Amino acid sequence: MKQNFIGALCALAVMGGAFAQTPKKPAAKPAAKTAPAPAAEEKDAATLEFEKFRAEMEESNPAELFEMKGEEQWKTKRGPKNVSLAESCDLGQGVGKVEGAYVKMPRYFADADAVMDAERRIVWCMVEKQGFKFDEIAAKPFANANFTPDITNLVTYVAGHSRNMKIAVPLKDPKVREAYETGKAMAAYRAGPYDFSCNTCHGSDGKRIRMQNLPNLGTAAGAMKGVQGWPGYRMTGGVMLTHQWRMGDCFRQQRFPQPKYASDAIAYLLTYMIGNANGQVYKGPGIKR
Amino acid sequence: MTKKIILAASMAATLMIALPAVADGDYRAKAIAAFNKDFQPRGQASIDRLAEDGLQMICNRTGNKPPEYIAKRMEADQLADVKYPADGKLLGDWQAGEKLAQSGRGFTWSDQPGLPVGGNCYNCHRISPNETSFGTIGPTLYQFGKLRGNAPDIQKYVYSKIYNAKAHNLCSEMPRFGRVGALGEKQIKDLVALLLDPASPVNK
Repeated sequence: MKQNFIGALCALAVMGGAFAQTPKKPAAKPAAKTAPAPAAEEKDAATLEFEKFRAEMEESNPAELFEMKGEEQWKTKRGPKNVSLAESCDLGQGVGKVEGAYVKMPRYFADADAVMDAERRIVWCMVEKQGFKFDEIAAKPFANANFTPDITNLVTYVAGHSRNMKIAVPLKDPKVREAYETGKAMAAYRAGPYDFSCNTCHGSDGKRIRMQNLPNLGTAAGAMKGVQGWPGYRMTGGVMLTHQWRMGDCFRQQRFPQPKYASDAIAYLLTYMIGNANGQVYKGPGIKR
Repeated sequence: MTKKIILAASMAATLMIALPAVADGDYRAKAIAAFNKDFQPRGQASIDRLAEDGLQMICNRTGNKPPEYIAKRMEADQLADVKYPADGKLLGDWQAGEKLAQSGRGFTWSDQPGLPVGGNCYNCHRISPNETSFGTIGPTLYQFGKLRGNAPDIQKYVYSKIYNAKAHNLCSEMPRFGRVGALGEKQIKDLVALLLDPASPVNK
């Protein structure tokens, strides 16, 4: 098992490199005059290759490495207050309970008087229960090639305990509904040098940027595509990244300023997106291109 | 210029009275408040990018479907703002245009400020048949010139469309490349040539 896992990681490193160098286009070029526009759902060679690879990787998903680290960090007494999250952090299912918690967030937490997604809630626990400094966590919130923050491991651990469960954001709670509606309005808001909103790319069905399919986050199926696989092991660069990171990268490409880490704004948008995916099955931490 | 701002503002005011906004006003206000509270400048992406200009506000308030009488007047404003080359020549070098159409760089917080920015064309449009990796947010432009010819009025239309797409469709998804300074005169001419030059692979 362990050897397989290491072998898989080596393979990943190779694949990661290969993907980094491969231009985003099919290898074979059709004859110039007759090339028809590909159908929206037609998959390019790189996508097919990747999906085959992902299927092969299911038995030894590199995300599991981060889940294991996260489990250890969840259960260990840490921080200035020397308390474990397992004995202090309530993700909405009772103190220390992680089973099914990820798919039931964002939710409203009375102790924080805020709607929080999973990552934001764990950060809140690290600050309030363990005594870590928010600004220190927020200074380097996401992984790079040389560094994976504790919060990423913890989110991956918690997400792993919602594997194969149905998304169930409590939209009937008026506070959650308000977050949802605000997120929906944010998704429609056009501004910036290119007049882009979230919906410019993610507001209708069957669209692509280059060969990349764009899910319509206003539909149940499209929203699930935006949720599935996060947190995910990203082969480009070989790093474990969270849903919060992905939201920020969208705003980068939207030519907007940067959303603050673990903020209301991101919680609202995640409530809209994940809420739209309610009822669909979350497959756990994944692998991303 | 001031007159235009006043016009846009008065239209916005008219609109607010005349029409029920598509987005619930309360949530729209909350959304704007969240952007202002929870976003921070990074690189060249300064915080003033969060503010709507008059056109963005009209589109945002109407769910990108402004009433015709407002759309027509504001499109005319945008068209009047287009700056054409002094020498009147609108067809540049299609090969340079193809290179520019390929690039999606520019204006993000991770881009160098001042870097020549890309046309972003293939992100959304099918253009040359030799490029099979193209997006579908915009319509196909394959054989654009072959189907329409390249008479001066077509050249002028394409130049103005790239300079400011909103001059022809107020709430178009396409950026206003010339107006915001992303593409200069030479770049737009080269892109016009990519679409209209009979020698361009687009028209083969």
